[in-house]
Amino acid sequence: MLPLLQYPSQAVAKPYFITAIGLFVGQILFGLIMGLQYVIGDFMFPAIPFNIARMVHTNLLIVWLLFGFMGAAYYLVPEESETELHSPLLAYLMFWIFLIAGALTIAGYLLVPYATLAEMTGNNLLQTMGREFLEQPLPTKVGIVVVALAFVYNIGMTILKGRKTAISMILLAGLIGLAVLFLFAFYNPSNLATDKYFWWWVVHLWVEGVWELIMAAILAFVLIKITGVDREVIEKWLYVIITLALVTGIIGTGHHYYWIGAPAYWQWWGGVFSALEPLPFFAMTVFCFNMVNRRRRQHPNKAATLWALGTGVMAFLGAGVWGFLHTLAPVNYYTHGSQITAAHGHLAFYGAYVMVVLTIISYAMPILRGRECNPERAQVLEMWSFWLMTVSMVFITLFLTGAGILQVWLQRVIDNPQPFMAVQDQVRIFYWLRELAGLVFLIGLVLYLVSFFVKDKPQTVAVNDVQPAAT
Amino acid sequence: MSAFFTKSRARNIFYGGVVFSALLFLALTFHTIRKMPQRDHRENLTAEVVRGKHLWETRNCVGCHTILGEGAYFAPELGNVYKRRGPDFIKAWIKVQPTGVAGRRQMPQFHFSEQQLDDIVAFLKWTSEINTENWPPNIEG
Repeated sequence: MLPLLQYPSQAVAKPYFITAIGLFVGQILFGLIMGLQYVIGDFMFPAIPFNIARMVHTNLLIVWLLFGFMGAAYYLVPEESETELHSPLLAYLMFWIFLIAGALTIAGYLLVPYATLAEMTGNNLLQTMGREFLEQPLPTKVGIVVVALAFVYNIGMTILKGRKTAISMILLAGLIGLAVLFLFAFYNPSNLATDKYFWWWVVHLWVEGVWELIMAAILAFVLIKITGVDREVIEKWLYVIITLALVTGIIGTGHHYYWIGAPAYWQWWGGVFSALEPLPFFAMTVFCFNMVNRRRRQHPNKAATLWALGTGVMAFLGAGVWGFLHTLAPVNYYTHGSQITAAHGHLAFYGAYVMVVLTIISYAMPILRGRECNPERAQVLEMWSFWLMTVSMVFITLFLTGAGILQVWLQRVIDNPQPFMAVQDQVRIFYWLRELAGLVFLIGLVLYLVSFFVKDKPQTVAVNDVQPAAT
Repeated sequence: MSAFFTKSRARNIFYGGVVFSALLFLALTFHTIRKMPQRDHRENLTAEVVRGKHLWETRNCVGCHTILGEGAYFAPELGNVYKRRGPDFIKAWIKVQPTGVAGRRQMPQFHFSEQQLDDIVAFLKWTSEINTENWPPNIEG
């Protein structure tokens, strides 16, 4: 029934991908609500206060990317290991546990006051809630650990019994790192300074550390498939990229330690190493274009190729260039915690992690649906959605950067610095433009969804028509 | 180049680089942890401050505000709000929320007791005394 799927157990990836896309839609809707709250302050208050919308927006992002990573692993590891998945049943079971835990958590955010939710879910036993991105109730955090361990076990056993490739080993290393570093989410000292210091061990060492391993492995897998370039070449590139990523990224954690009470020397350690963090992303861009240029086959899935190239470029721009803009301590002294940070966050997450998940979905989903690639019309639509989402995200970033530069100037640089809200009122135009760009993003996302259901027009050739002669 | 720079060589550089970076990071962390007590003045971490942090977290303050520059960018920086506004203003401000002014950003009402308000203020006071290398650049945060 699925002639193209090399190993039937790869099919467990499908519900993971579908859920990822569904949660992505939710994330964008809540992003639009927040964007409007930036200009119409009391929009939806008190039903959905800004902080609740933001929790839903960021937590949905994290959860759908994790669904995407897990789907990617379930899809590519059997193929890399040349064996069936260790336990498809466990993968399905974990899918439902993760989905139900995630849904209950979001429902909890929206329906119960946060303080009540904390009390209901045993936050007093072990206080872990109320820290940015780690707002999840204790049972959800425990659930994440259980799902991550079962997942790593399942993937690990599959790799152990089969062929061990650099791609699958690096993916596994990234996933183990993800699971282990999340354990710091349970460490919350009452000293805010040390709390922050180790909070970054989850947040920074995820997105500027182990997630880059996962991302590079997924990209390498897709590039082998769509370009037919020799595995030796691709895997050598892969090692170079992840070496650059971790050597710059681990010490680069220091760029978060400038102003939180840690010693001043972090301004040097963090500055120098994080200034080099664009390198792995630049290498990824060169890697993608190089491999596509040296392709040995013309893969019919043009949309997947576009996503792969786009990931390289946008990750470099968002994570690399926009990160570099404000990573040096003398600059960060003024920009820290401003809209510049928000601008960087948006383009970095979209360019690196959203796009790499959409790349693997674009490549794997047609095969999971029993065909090598989508019909021409579906691919054209998907490529339209690529451009709409990507360009509008660039504009969101540019508008937030504009807002940020003005904010920094008015609030932190000029002789008579103005209060926060006075400054916010003066940069409203940028927030309106950002919301507009957000709506274009939503249109792109809707086209993306539609592209899954588009079929080619049946070829009708009327028998009586005179065929035009070739000239 | 490809004859010299083989895949296994690339892999070895990866292992070496990661082990070196991780050890260096751990060493710096070890040193930082030893230095932090002089910078965060943890001797002043009273029961009030600890309860204040708990209130800060369970009301998800960081969902709108930044504290030492981290959090959401929807509402003012609060790492130095104790110095900017003082204890009485902070308590009065929290008590009158939401302002209900049409079109303005709104902060929820948390129904804090006097004790809880004092705890929050203690937490913000302690936070404002952390040595942050003079961040933020001025009192506006």
